[in-house]
Amino acid sequence: MTNIFTEISPALRRRHAAETRFMWFGRIAIFIAIGFLVVMIGSIAWIGSGALKQTQVELSVFIDPQEISADAIADADYSKLVKSALRSRFPEVKKRRDKKNLYGLVSYDAAYTLRDKVVADPDLIGQTVNIWFVASDDLDMLIKGNLTITGDEKMRRFDDKQLGWVESLKQEDAIETRFNRAFFTSGDSREPELAGILGAFVGTALTLLVCFCLSFPVGILAAIYLEEFARKNRWNDLIEVNINNLAAVPSIVFGLLGLAVFLNAFGLPRSSPLVGGLVLALMTLPTMIIAARAALRAVPPSIREAALGIGATRIQTVFHHVAPLALPGMLTGAIVGMARALGETAPLLMIGMVAFIVDIPNSILQPATALPVQIFLWADSPERAFLEKTSAAIIVLILFLILMNLVAILLRNKFSQRF
Amino acid sequence: MGEIPTAPFVSGNRTRRRLGELVVHILLVSSSLVAVGVTVGIVFSLAFEAFQFFKMVPWQDFLFGTEWSPQTAIREDQVGAEGSFGVLPLVVGTLLISAIAMAIATPLGLASAIYLAEYATPRSRNIIKPVLEILAGIPTVVYGFFAALMIAPFIRMTGSSIGLEVASESALAAGIAMGIMIVPLISSLSDDVINSVPQSLRDASYGLGATQAETIRNVILPAALPGISGSLLLATSTAIGETMIVVMAAGMAANLSLNPLAAVTTVTVQIVSLLTGDQEFDSAKTLSAFALGILLFCVTLVLNIIAQKIVKHFREQYD
Repeated sequence: MTNIFTEISPALRRRHAAETRFMWFGRIAIFIAIGFLVVMIGSIAWIGSGALKQTQVELSVFIDPQEISADAIADADYSKLVKSALRSRFPEVKKRRDKKNLYGLVSYDAAYTLRDKVVADPDLIGQTVNIWFVASDDLDMLIKGNLTITGDEKMRRFDDKQLGWVESLKQEDAIETRFNRAFFTSGDSREPELAGILGAFVGTALTLLVCFCLSFPVGILAAIYLEEFARKNRWNDLIEVNINNLAAVPSIVFGLLGLAVFLNAFGLPRSSPLVGGLVLALMTLPTMIIAARAALRAVPPSIREAALGIGATRIQTVFHHVAPLALPGMLTGAIVGMARALGETAPLLMIGMVAFIVDIPNSILQPATALPVQIFLWADSPERAFLEKTSAAIIVLILFLILMNLVAILLRNKFSQRF
Repeated sequence: MGEIPTAPFVSGNRTRRRLGELVVHILLVSSSLVAVGVTVGIVFSLAFEAFQFFKMVPWQDFLFGTEWSPQTAIREDQVGAEGSFGVLPLVVGTLLISAIAMAIATPLGLASAIYLAEYATPRSRNIIKPVLEILAGIPTVVYGFFAALMIAPFIRMTGSSIGLEVASESALAAGIAMGIMIVPLISSLSDDVINSVPQSLRDASYGLGATQAETIRNVILPAALPGISGSLLLATSTAIGETMIVVMAAGMAANLSLNPLAAVTTVTVQIVSLLTGDQEFDSAKTLSAFALGILLFCVTLVLNIIAQKIVKHFREQYD
């Protein structure tokens, strides 16, 4: 009689191998997904970290009294002063092309830096002062090592002569990379070295404010109605199906709605945070309602029965007892909804928040842009220097997303009650 | 009711209370109607503008035309002054990119859902699940940027090293980024579905001597199939409606092609490119975006309704 085990053991081994393979499929799938996440965030953070630093160039500028009239200090031609400072630093430069290249080392913002200095302190007129100027984006990229400086001279952004100037400035310690404050304190700019995210950030904050103020109350009230008051009938079923489907409508369709209704029919100001907030509010409303309903459902019926039992009306029961208990859960859902709205880009493109806006908006009616839209705009720019700005803006956006989600988690942990 | 003595001030109070409650009740009802209003608003605004469009371009040309080159005439007698509004190249492009995305997301999402639901220890599950969900929380503009910056050049490089011609804005690059984006959607929905398959089915299968993998393949997956297909439909609808990834990583030119290495464009890309920049609201070019919008809305709506029906039916089966 053959042993039954020797008979089945090859098959058993095969089956166990299949078992292990199967488990590894799952592990590999998770590894691929998380690996992609790590590579994506890691590489973007790596590129974006460059934008925290800014290259600056020190020049000694002779503030020529002949160029500045005493009664209109701010109107003088400061770019001329900066140019002559560069010329006197490199007296050997004579050809027109070379001079143009030389002036290109500092940002065109240098003239304004100088003007602000002189306006703030008119005593400087007639003196020679050392001032740090923001370098142009090309020089910035060169110093950060993002430009190729080998190969054919004509194909490069810096020819050997320019590299010589940079080298000589470097030897005098007249080139430094410093913390890039401008990135966090200024609005958008056509010049990558001057572009900042504050404008987009304020635009996003205003938009989200409008969005929250509209969708949170409406979402809560709708949830209270559906969960606490609505009888189960056809009409309320329709509302419910409708909300579930609305949550899955592509966001760009909400943008089309905003364009057709808020801009064309109501004539609200284009590109404004008001319209952006309205559109995002409509988009987040289903999420808010669904989250708020889940929070209300978690409040045990005994609370309601107790309140009703001592003579409260249904409205009193809900507003004095049920809703306050459900509020942390509702807020958590609201923050998650707002985090989604924070990253939303497509509907904002539809309502014109994609315009190039330098000023930092200070009301919900002014044209503005939003952080994700700013990322989209910068990602489209051809300049190499915008690449690190885009990545840095993405990191800022993701940090805020993480922050919002952390707040939501903390809120949930702090107020979560087991009944 | 019998004789219940009530002081006048109580009853006065009560009418005031009733009135207040009525106001609150109306407020509650109207809030819940906002959501319905939004749907009605979407349908009517899209339909209105699309109607204007179909007055200029016959709907047969729109739905069955094979050439898409929207333009407004600068001169009356210009060649091709009408522009052509055949939506087929866009539909094919959208389906191609969504199909690539689903081809990537389905195996990854299902395998991770099975692992999380059946194999993972509670501790590793508590770590892996939120990390996967980060993928869903990252704004799509980031995926678009990454696809255009890293994935597309990588595919192009790999392609040219083995002698393939790859467009710099290939459908494959956008599809891969989109696929990774929808992995958590599929995995978390399928995870829920697999978890709701009753334990008794597993126990019965183990009792007959099946291994865990055999149980999953032969018992749990067939039982969970309706729910899983619901989650796949929802993911497809997300992929079709996704905008930023394709705007940044897919092409603008409408090619009627099924080659994943070629540049194709999608419905959402065209909506964005038609409506950003200067618009006049009487041209067929601008209005065609709304016709595309209503097409997109209808397709995703149908997919969602079917998916929700399936999932709901599945839930009821095991409740």
